[in-house]
Amino acid sequence: MKHRLTGRILTLSLVALALLCSNTVRAQDALSVMSFGGAYQEAQRKAVFESYTAETGAKIDEQEYGGEIAKIKAMIESGNTTIDVVDVDAPTLLQGCDEGIFEKIDWAKIGPQDDWIKGTTSECGVGTIVYATAIAYDGAKLPDGPKTIKDLFDIKKFPGKRGLWKNPATNLEFALLADGVPPDQVYETLSTPAGVDRAFAKLDTIKHSIVWWEAGAQAPQLLASGEVTMTTAWNGRIYNANKEGRDFRIVWDNQILDSNYWVIPKGAKNADGSLAFIKYAVEPKVLAGITKYIPYGPVRKSAAQFVAPQDAKNLPTSPQNLTVSLTLNNGFWADNGDEIRKRFTTWLAQ
Amino acid sequence: MTAVEVDRINVFMAVRRAQRPARRAALSLALPLIVFLAIAFVAPILYLLVTAVGNPETREVLPQTLRALESWDGISTLDEPVYAAFANDLKVAKDKSTAALLGKRLNYEISGMRSRVLAAARMVEKLDTGPYKEKFLELNKDWDSRETWEIIKRNGASFTPYYMLTALDLQQANGSIKRVQGDQAIFLDVLARTLFVAGLVTLFTLILGYPVAYVLTIAPKAIAGFMMLMVLLPLWTSLLVRTTAWVVLLQSDGIINDVLTALHLTSERLQLIFTRTGTVIAMTHIQLPFTILPIYSVMRSIPATQLRAARSLGAPPSSAFWRIYAPQTLPGVVAGCLMTFILSLGYYITPALVGGPRDQMVSNFISVYINRDLNWGLAAALGVVLLVVTLAIYLLFLRLVGADKIKLG
Repeated sequence: MKHRLTGRILTLSLVALALLCSNTVRAQDALSVMSFGGAYQEAQRKAVFESYTAETGAKIDEQEYGGEIAKIKAMIESGNTTIDVVDVDAPTLLQGCDEGIFEKIDWAKIGPQDDWIKGTTSECGVGTIVYATAIAYDGAKLPDGPKTIKDLFDIKKFPGKRGLWKNPATNLEFALLADGVPPDQVYETLSTPAGVDRAFAKLDTIKHSIVWWEAGAQAPQLLASGEVTMTTAWNGRIYNANKEGRDFRIVWDNQILDSNYWVIPKGAKNADGSLAFIKYAVEPKVLAGITKYIPYGPVRKSAAQFVAPQDAKNLPTSPQNLTVSLTLNNGFWADNGDEIRKRFTTWLAQ
Repeated sequence: MTAVEVDRINVFMAVRRAQRPARRAALSLALPLIVFLAIAFVAPILYLLVTAVGNPETREVLPQTLRALESWDGISTLDEPVYAAFANDLKVAKDKSTAALLGKRLNYEISGMRSRVLAAARMVEKLDTGPYKEKFLELNKDWDSRETWEIIKRNGASFTPYYMLTALDLQQANGSIKRVQGDQAIFLDVLARTLFVAGLVTLFTLILGYPVAYVLTIAPKAIAGFMMLMVLLPLWTSLLVRTTAWVVLLQSDGIINDVLTALHLTSERLQLIFTRTGTVIAMTHIQLPFTILPIYSVMRSIPATQLRAARSLGAPPSSAFWRIYAPQTLPGVVAGCLMTFILSLGYYITPALVGGPRDQMVSNFISVYINRDLNWGLAAALGVVLLVVTLAIYLLFLRLVGADKIKLG
């Protein structure tokens, strides 16, 4: 009797384990696409995913993540790549491409690379949108708001706190730009110890007025709650706050541009399907369609003609907004990020 | 051995044999839990320990170079054979796209190595024959630097102290261990901050929780039941929700500031959010039930008649409380404080949302190194430091008050 009981318990626990494992096996028919969630993914859903399913019949199984490359790496290392296409930011593209986490892209099947804005094609990734980190303020509270990057550091002219992204990237660049370094010399300057000192010295001038934000949604929230007078922010987040009735304005001066990319994680089960999806997602008309829902500029030059004028005025890539700008150098941050981030952390604690 | 002793052992063995089926049944009941613990708890901790000292990159990517470097004394100038071996290794690495792993690993110790290694790998791909040395130097004169090759040679070992040293703000230089320079030293500071905040939170939960636990034991049943619900209710709400609620309360335009200014208690709005004060307030609130419940369970077991007896024997109220009652609650106090302190050491989301940059704890850094920088070695090393500190504090408590004095429920 006792032995039978033992056997039964053993069987039961084995069955439970087996059930646990089988739960992770996924249906194969849909294309699994992972992006950043929120308003951005909603725009992709309306402009890309839904029409792709309507045209090809292929279902899109949507996944969300916070941009953690660790998630993609862990999935690949486990030997079971369940996601077919991922939307990644530029540092993730760079790191993942170097480390062989992403499949190589067969550009012949995507389109002519020279149609992409310079720097938004890679052997592992296809550029999709361009976004800007720029200064934003609340027009309702500050009708005569800041005009240039210098105003971010001018506490006398615009008293109050400043919201900045809690990351040395973009802030050191903004500091140098406001200190008079031309955009094309920013990274040259930052490559020298004296240049890094200069950037930190400039940040020192407003250090006690800085409120740091970490998640993109915090920046408009800081403006809305009146916690800060102005903040650096990702332009799409500001646009979304305005859709909810705010009057936030963006200062299109010395904004820092960066792009997102479609990649195929190593070992993706349906490589042809992934590539077909990416080809569709970056077709000029489809790319331009995204701007109806979120103001991120299309990376393909041929897409500009399909953007409606009322949407164009909000895009970081539109000629009227693109007067002086800097493109984020992710290679620089991959090389020097460790050391500068540690210094940034000690600087924050002082 | 006498015959009696042999008999005794035989009887003992027979009893054990007879009990074996029962023991097996008991074990098989516990088996799912044991398997679960092994998979979900023991294995990850072992993996963590190994990751904190593992050093596979250089060994895997540069086998020939390391062999060529074996006889190097660390002083003389390196010659063609080493560069040729390096070029061969990089060609293989380029094929297998492992050059970046090497570059990233070396970049931890010398900034800029990532792009130097990648550029070198791209260069050798196009070269068929040597001599390689001058090509490398042409590409970047630092390929001649003694420091570079010293670090490559040092990392030929399967295990490295690098991550553990970094987690303690130390570095290896010229064969000796010394402190890193001021603007690179962050982790000891963060660890001290973590211990300080956890200690402060523990103290406040004790000051606030002890009287509550006492009132819970003496209040009439209906009121005590209601109070208990109030204590437990926050525990049933998600941690993230409670933290976000504190963000709403503490912000400059928040309710607390509204009330304070309406009552004219302060002339200008207080900065409560993004400060240490805010973090400690929010964490204290979240941790309160963990301190209250063990104290309450111990207090309930203390007969109320004892206090009355002490009073009737002539003790003044304070002396009756401190000499008769308080010492008996000690096991609950220690258990509650220990639980709150150890849980507070691992706090992540509350300091991230309510705290400022000076209030980030060790867990926040672990998360950054895992998720953003993919520096799992350093994240694991920080985890090991936190684990060791937690165990040390636990053992210290055990030593100070004795295991039988801690009563967790």
